[in-house]
Amino acid sequence: MNINRLSKLKSFFLKVSHHVTLFIAMSIICIPGLWIVLNSFRPTVDIMAKPPVWVPRGLNLDNYRAMFGGAGEGGVPVMQYFTNSLIISCTSTIIALFVGMAGGYAFARFRFKGKNAIFVGLLLTRAVPGVALSLPLFIVMAKTGIIDTHFGLILVYVAMNVPFTIWLIDGFFRQIPPDLAEAAEIDGCTRWQAFWKVEFPVAKAGVASAGIFAFLTSWNEYALASQLTRSTFSKTMPVGLRDFTSEFTINWGGMCALAVLLIIPALILTFIVQKHLISGLTFGGVKG
Amino acid sequence: MIYKKLPQWFLLILPAIIILAAVILIPLLFSLYSSFTSYRLTRPDTLFNWIGTFNYEKAVKSGVFWAAFGRTILFLTIALNLEMFLGLGLALLVSRVTRGQRMLRTIMMFPMMFSPVLVGFQFKFIFNDNVGLVNNALQSLGLSNSAIPWLVDEKLAMFSIIFAEVWMSTSVFAILILAGLFSIPQDPQEAAKVDGCTPWQSFRHITLPFIMPFIFIAMAIRSLDVARAYDIVQVMTNGGPARRTEILWTLIGRTGYVDAKMGYANAMGYVSIFLAIFFTIYFFKKLNAARVELGMAR
Repeated sequence: MNINRLSKLKSFFLKVSHHVTLFIAMSIICIPGLWIVLNSFRPTVDIMAKPPVWVPRGLNLDNYRAMFGGAGEGGVPVMQYFTNSLIISCTSTIIALFVGMAGGYAFARFRFKGKNAIFVGLLLTRAVPGVALSLPLFIVMAKTGIIDTHFGLILVYVAMNVPFTIWLIDGFFRQIPPDLAEAAEIDGCTRWQAFWKVEFPVAKAGVASAGIFAFLTSWNEYALASQLTRSTFSKTMPVGLRDFTSEFTINWGGMCALAVLLIIPALILTFIVQKHLISGLTFGGVKG
Repeated sequence: MIYKKLPQWFLLILPAIIILAAVILIPLLFSLYSSFTSYRLTRPDTLFNWIGTFNYEKAVKSGVFWAAFGRTILFLTIALNLEMFLGLGLALLVSRVTRGQRMLRTIMMFPMMFSPVLVGFQFKFIFNDNVGLVNNALQSLGLSNSAIPWLVDEKLAMFSIIFAEVWMSTSVFAILILAGLFSIPQDPQEAAKVDGCTPWQSFRHITLPFIMPFIFIAMAIRSLDVARAYDIVQVMTNGGPARRTEILWTLIGRTGYVDAKMGYANAMGYVSIFLAIFFTIYFFKKLNAARVELGMAR
């Protein structure tokens, strides 16, 4: 009897410690983000208060109002940044997907000499640190006059995203048996039709997850954007965060408000496709 | 028609090659050339002033460079290992949950959506010695009387930066390892139980070999993007104060843009590029080895 009770007690403690650890881990994940959201609604007086104010009081939308307000009220051209980010991220994602689909299809369906070497070579271009790449890009773009334009940044982000897109999409096309397209061709489809009518619908999930990754990368990128954009007409949101810092002080409340605006689209997008996201990574990687 | 002669596969990967050559290869060749000159942004004519390997020798002899180099290696080693172990732990914790697992998985992905620069600002705020969450909490709880200089002291600043980096990237590992845990067939686990294996033994000899490829994928994905930590460091401390948290990437950025010594910065940039390529190739080799072991090789 005693042993039985002991083992019951042990499993009870295991269960409790499991839940406690899980709770602590989830808190560490959530609190930093929630702290930002909370502070975007707090007046600066409360943020700076000593001793700290723990129970939120007087939450308001002042930070957001100031951000969207005119330049005189400490506002930043946030709508402009938002539009820039949206244009640049969406365009570069779409282009990267088409380029990546063509490349991924080639790697999944054709056999050719030096295939592995080319594949690794393409992937390695992704490993080049942004800051090391930004130096020569800065000079080249300044010479060709596409610095500080949407076009320049779109070009860079397409190049950044293509290797990873090819990797993921290649993994997905490999899952589809080649017989499927061959059968369609026998039935009178051209190869082009067979691709769009048979293979693409099956690989759609993979393309979607590759698209999300490409979008998130462009949406969140900072190292290159901070050097290649100068004016409000091409600055993206991550670069815009800098507008709230001055030499010695940082407008924390305003920055938190912009941060919330930065995170919302990424959050919505990820929730919609999170299932594909995980399967995309695993298929592309393990079984590829 | 010339393109009729080219094989189809080549036409398909041609757009990728063209764009990568234009945006990455050509600028890199240019930076390779300029790393052998005394190029300064402020004086364009110095681009043609060939000085051989002077920049590289200067870097090799520079204590600042080696300090930053060593710190980068240390930073990457600690961060990647911590991310892997914490990710494994988190995945194991979540995989045991029966109810509400979907929600936990969603929460787990939360940090992945954050922009690295935002993560930097967020933790700069949280570790701020005056108004930060950490110091406020410590003081309110009476654990510390004075403000702890999280981002000023050398060790604490390094700790804060690694904390931010680990916070951001652990979820990549956790998600992938979790996917691996779900793909493990149940039979060997049960057979092991019947044969009297301890939980540790069945984890070590059944679970771990199965999730190894997933760990390496996560490592490979992370290593592709390893310099992403630049954003965090640049925002949180920018290598300072007094170079106490200087890593290779911040050193390159400062030399290139602030001091305008493009040639020298590009020479150091090449060191960082080879470092990143080394990490990537290393993990891809491991990934392929793990695939072969599981019989999933291409």
